[in-house]
Amino acid sequence: MRSGMKAATALLSLVLAAGAADARPIKWARAGDALTLDPHSQNEGPTHNLLQQIYEPLIIRDHRGRLLPTLATSWKITRDPNVWEFKLRQGVTFHNGNPFTADDVVFSFERALQPTSDMKGILTSIDKVIRIDDHTVHIRTKGPNPILPDYLTTVYMMDKEWSEANNTVTVEDYKAKKDNYAVRHSNGTGPYMLVSREQDVRTVLRLYDKYWGKGQVPLGIEEITYTVIKADATRVAALVSGDVDFVQDVPVQDIAQLEKTSGLRLTQGPENRSIFLGMDVGSADLKTDSIEGKNPLADKRVRQAINMVIDRAAIRRAVMRNQSAPSGMVIGPLVNGYSKELGAPPALSVDKAKSLMAAAGYPSGFSITFHCPNDRYVADEAICQAVTSMLARIGIKANLVAQSKAKHFPLIQKAETEFFLLGWGVPTYDSDYVFNFLHHTRAGRFGSWNATRYSNAEVDRMIESLSSEIDIAKRNATIARIWKVVQDETIYVALHDQLLVHAMKRDLDIPVSPDNVVHMKFIAPKK
Amino acid sequence: MTTGPTRAPSGSPPPPPADPGARLRHEGAGDYLAAWRERLAAFLDSDLVYSFLRSKLAVAAAIVTVLVVGAAFLAPLIAPHDPYDLKSLELIDSDKPPAWEDGGEARFPLGTDDQGRDILSTILYGTRSSILIGICSVALALAIGVSLGLWAGYAGGRADSIIMRIADVQLTFPAILTALLIDGVALAIFKNYRMEGGRFWILVLSIGLSYWVQYARTVRGVTLVERNKDYVAAARLIGIGPLRIMFQHILPNVLNPVLVIATINLALAIITEATLSFLGVGLPPTEPSLGTMIQIGNKYLFSGSWWMVAFPGLTLALLALAVNLLGDWLRDALNPKLR
Repeated sequence: MRSGMKAATALLSLVLAAGAADARPIKWARAGDALTLDPHSQNEGPTHNLLQQIYEPLIIRDHRGRLLPTLATSWKITRDPNVWEFKLRQGVTFHNGNPFTADDVVFSFERALQPTSDMKGILTSIDKVIRIDDHTVHIRTKGPNPILPDYLTTVYMMDKEWSEANNTVTVEDYKAKKDNYAVRHSNGTGPYMLVSREQDVRTVLRLYDKYWGKGQVPLGIEEITYTVIKADATRVAALVSGDVDFVQDVPVQDIAQLEKTSGLRLTQGPENRSIFLGMDVGSADLKTDSIEGKNPLADKRVRQAINMVIDRAAIRRAVMRNQSAPSGMVIGPLVNGYSKELGAPPALSVDKAKSLMAAAGYPSGFSITFHCPNDRYVADEAICQAVTSMLARIGIKANLVAQSKAKHFPLIQKAETEFFLLGWGVPTYDSDYVFNFLHHTRAGRFGSWNATRYSNAEVDRMIESLSSEIDIAKRNATIARIWKVVQDETIYVALHDQLLVHAMKRDLDIPVSPDNVVHMKFIAPKK
Repeated sequence: MTTGPTRAPSGSPPPPPADPGARLRHEGAGDYLAAWRERLAAFLDSDLVYSFLRSKLAVAAAIVTVLVVGAAFLAPLIAPHDPYDLKSLELIDSDKPPAWEDGGEARFPLGTDDQGRDILSTILYGTRSSILIGICSVALALAIGVSLGLWAGYAGGRADSIIMRIADVQLTFPAILTALLIDGVALAIFKNYRMEGGRFWILVLSIGLSYWVQYARTVRGVTLVERNKDYVAAARLIGIGPLRIMFQHILPNVLNPVLVIATINLALAIITEATLSFLGVGLPPTEPSLGTMIQIGNKYLFSGSWWMVAFPGLTLALLALAVNLLGDWLRDALNPKLR
């Protein structure tokens, strides 16, 4: 029996070795780069996507949305309903060889809760993280939080010793452009370690040979060259000509052509992300508008008019080439709290919108600066242009400023924009994540992406109650009440949920995940 | 027949003029016209016109330039649509091929772009913006370059050293890099202000400031020669101030090379504007210039919508080539050594 086991183990390792020999490098192209490598500095899609290869959270979400044990092997609520217990994986080492222990977990959570951390908004319910032994931690929440594990899939674990040695205990202050060591260097437990990085150009990662998951996951990619190619046509041409193996952001206009190209594979799927317009609804006066002494966007009727004049069906057909699902809510159907009734976009009516504008006292409209990213979401700049011409029908002259997300996002985080386009994905699949970041008054752990200046004490109170409400029915009722209020106020104007297309060489099969995150460790090239 | 007014006709005396003032005015206007006619005749008889008419390339380039510039400035009158009127854009019209292709419509002779804008109209309006930015930025560069060049050449000494060292340093950077830098700084300063019209002047500023060096160096060189000539010494002797000497006496003598540079730089400025717009820091996509159109069209090149980039690209190439050829010809024609 024992010798049989040995033989099987030997055979297994042989198969694995053979498998490893099949591993290939991959050249991976995206429209935009990770904003930083500091794991807790930016809660942003492409940043997470790159970080997920290098760092690991306690739990990850796979491409079907299931939670998978990663640095934690199991978790449960203890007898005290306010305390979760996580058992940590043993034998895990960081890329520098340091062992991964409970001290690193405590350190990482404390770091992620610092004021400059952008991850604090995801951890609003956490009170304290306590080390029990080397491989057990307790997370105490401010009230019972039955869905805590859902919130941990993007909170990465850092090496305490390495961070202290390199003076990077404090999270980078991204808004103030204050650098630290972790922005350019990394030391995670993930399957790939950083070889070189040139911001906005190229990042090279190599397989970490002591990765704990060896033998458990395919690890069919031995080296990742992550290249940023901003121009749509160039990115697609690079794939067709063989310069890159995988394009994660396929421009909608090129899908038809790529489907006809031999030797390529296209994968499709919905992303759990809404694209919407945000407005400054709180300031007394706007800086970039043509109205003096008043804020036209503070008038609900103006916001409703904007909501009514956006032709989402035309955007879907002409700009998104059917790769979108028009929506009236800033969450998609995958998220707890979505309602069909609220999620239906309002009926298009230019006449009604015009009379609303007139009733609000702006019959001839006004002008305002409109900020838009041009390398982040599917067809983002074209969407903004289309919105600009639709707004012109009710006299709103939106002066479009389309720029890289590295310039656009700080405007939102510093609340320096008064009218903007943003997309928001929901890794937790729950509304309270959206409320925490986008609707709660900007204060403490809350509202770090809320550039609307919206502040409603009643809504804030309801949002805060969500993280400790243990009765699911009651919690869902509160979520519905919050949505009712903010939808009624038209704080954001939702456009659509985007669908994603990845294109790659035939021997790869990289599925679209609703988070738009690729875990390269799961990819096994076929012969 | 040479009948001068002094030789009165013999015989009956001339009738007295009914209104001497009217006659005087009439004669004055006649003189004025005659003087102009003379000047025009002298101009038509000059080496410049002779050489122009003999150079087929120059004539062709001039015709193309006049056609493109004329069409651009008449854009509001001749364009079938107003591409800046955002209300009129319909997404349903987007991505239409040129009229002669399958699926094309006569309403849009050269097709439409991704927002449903008519390509022909947008080219006309876009060319107008491109040329206006070109002219304004050349004028700015010329004003700065000529003034500094005159000052450096005439004053000499420390002023000369400082101005020319700055020029040398700026010359080590490619002009497009300088333009990008100025553009970036200007946008950062004005980011929170209303953007209407601002982008136009930011572009003029950034292109103008990156091309002044050539003028300054040329003007300084000529001024160095001119300032030692007798007429300058004479002017100084009778007590004419340095500013007047520089602008009234020396400047006319340095104008020829400056004109040549200005013509060639006009083409360069138009291309620089297109490059900046192509890089996304020029005119916004809602009021596209040629460069912005090429930038938008470039995204759709792979998907088969070639018309979005081909026509504006062609127009830009044609315009730049024609203006450049004109400049080349002017340089040769004004250079006595090449005659």
